[in-house]
Amino acid sequence: MIRLSATKKLSGTEGPFELSVDLSFPPESLVTLYGKSGSGKTTLLRILAGLEKPESGYIEVHGKVWFDSTAKVNLPPQKRKVGLVFQDYALFPTMTIRENLQFAQEKKEPQKINVLLELTGLDELRERYPSSLSGGQQQRVALARAIIREPEILLLDEPLSALDQHTRNMLQDEILKFHKRFGLTTILVSHDKQEVFKLSDTVAVIDRGKISRHGTPLEVFLNRNTSNKFSFVSTILSIRKVDCIFLAVMGAGNEIVEVVLSKSDIETLKVGDEVLVASKAFNPIVIKL
Amino acid sequence: MMINPEPLYLTLKLAGLTTVILYAIGLPAAWLLSQSRMRLKPLLEAVLALPLVLPPSVLGFYFLLAFSRQGWLGAAWERIFDHQLAFSFDGLVLGSVIFSLPFMVHPLQAGFNAVPRNLSEASYSLGKSKLETIIKVVLPSMKSSLLTGGVLAFAHTVGEFGVVLMIGGSIEGKTKVASIAIYDLVESLDYQSAHIYAAILFAFSFTILLTVYLVNKRLDIR
Repeated sequence: MIRLSATKKLSGTEGPFELSVDLSFPPESLVTLYGKSGSGKTTLLRILAGLEKPESGYIEVHGKVWFDSTAKVNLPPQKRKVGLVFQDYALFPTMTIRENLQFAQEKKEPQKINVLLELTGLDELRERYPSSLSGGQQQRVALARAIIREPEILLLDEPLSALDQHTRNMLQDEILKFHKRFGLTTILVSHDKQEVFKLSDTVAVIDRGKISRHGTPLEVFLNRNTSNKFSFVSTILSIRKVDCIFLAVMGAGNEIVEVVLSKSDIETLKVGDEVLVASKAFNPIVIKL
Repeated sequence: MMINPEPLYLTLKLAGLTTVILYAIGLPAAWLLSQSRMRLKPLLEAVLALPLVLPPSVLGFYFLLAFSRQGWLGAAWERIFDHQLAFSFDGLVLGSVIFSLPFMVHPLQAGFNAVPRNLSEASYSLGKSKLETIIKVVLPSMKSSLLTGGVLAFAHTVGEFGVVLMIGGSIEGKTKVASIAIYDLVESLDYQSAHIYAAILFAFSFTILLTVYLVNKRLDIR
């Protein structure tokens, strides 16, 4: 189990507030911290990594205590086996891709570097410097660098928010692949609902330092358990009236779909809303391309 | 026309030693300043920047008081090393180190500040100590600041005159550096020898600065 409870006073843009969180989740799960910027998500991640000290709290990862304010335990970041991935990658600019991975290893194991470079499709770029790579490639390197130490917990701080939608989708798949293949316990900070639905086992919504909801994405965002045959999250781009029905254009990832809405739907929905499009009674037609 | 090469040699020795010592002092000082959020920091920074604004004669005067036999530093020095600090080469080095300190510390501090904190934090979370992080991650990312600090300190020491004159005087082979030699020669109306020293210093300084800017440009590109 991973147990994380922490309190710390923070100063946000709307004045000071207190971060006060108590969260626990099983190993090998992928948990998302979801919330507006400035709600304390990143601080929580930094507290877990040992880069920031909470005023009080208790952190236990796989049976080991990393922080305990009553027993005065506070492991430094170096002693916590975390893999940390930043929004802006934080690759070492003076080292090549291979050297970046090698730096992360405690003892030299070139074989392992090769395996990870293969897995991430970076093999041909191994002797290049980070500045000559695209954002997506750099984030792959950052991911590989975080994983190569076999971290007890992988912390991803909005890793994909600086990337375009296409690259984002690919890297989401990659994160899932790594998460499963290496049996990682992963915490992801995100404010993208599509990402949350696609990646996470559970999601904790943080609002001004407090966890307001915690559960599966469906439970949290829809407040109920549904057994949809088919569903996806999308954003309403436009609504127009055609004869007696309403047609909504919705964007989901790179795709645009048109959905028929009834008059009663229109009363609660407006352009810009994030919605779950689901079908329960009918199966969608699936055709191989 | 031959000139005595001794003053030029002394100038290089003084500037070289000063630069090496300044790296040893400046790196930790600049790192601490870049990390520190303490209230005394503006005070420390102001003291550190004083040599930039004070007339060299003012600094030299206070150095002379401190370095002399009656001064606290001079007396202690003489007890330990058995020779006088004022009017000695050691005194010149000590004075130059203090006089050129901001020229080393400022570029280094700016360099430390310019390296994103993320890089250090990424390194810590990869299990690396603070020292290893500084040596392997931070310093390689601020090569141009390292170069600038060293060259400015070196060049500033080469160009020193007022402080050297106050605390070193003009003792042949001991404290008579090139800038002092030029002054002496002009006073004795030997313009030709003065010209030779001056031209050498001029060409030397220009070459160093040009090299720095050329190298820095290349460091920036990568």
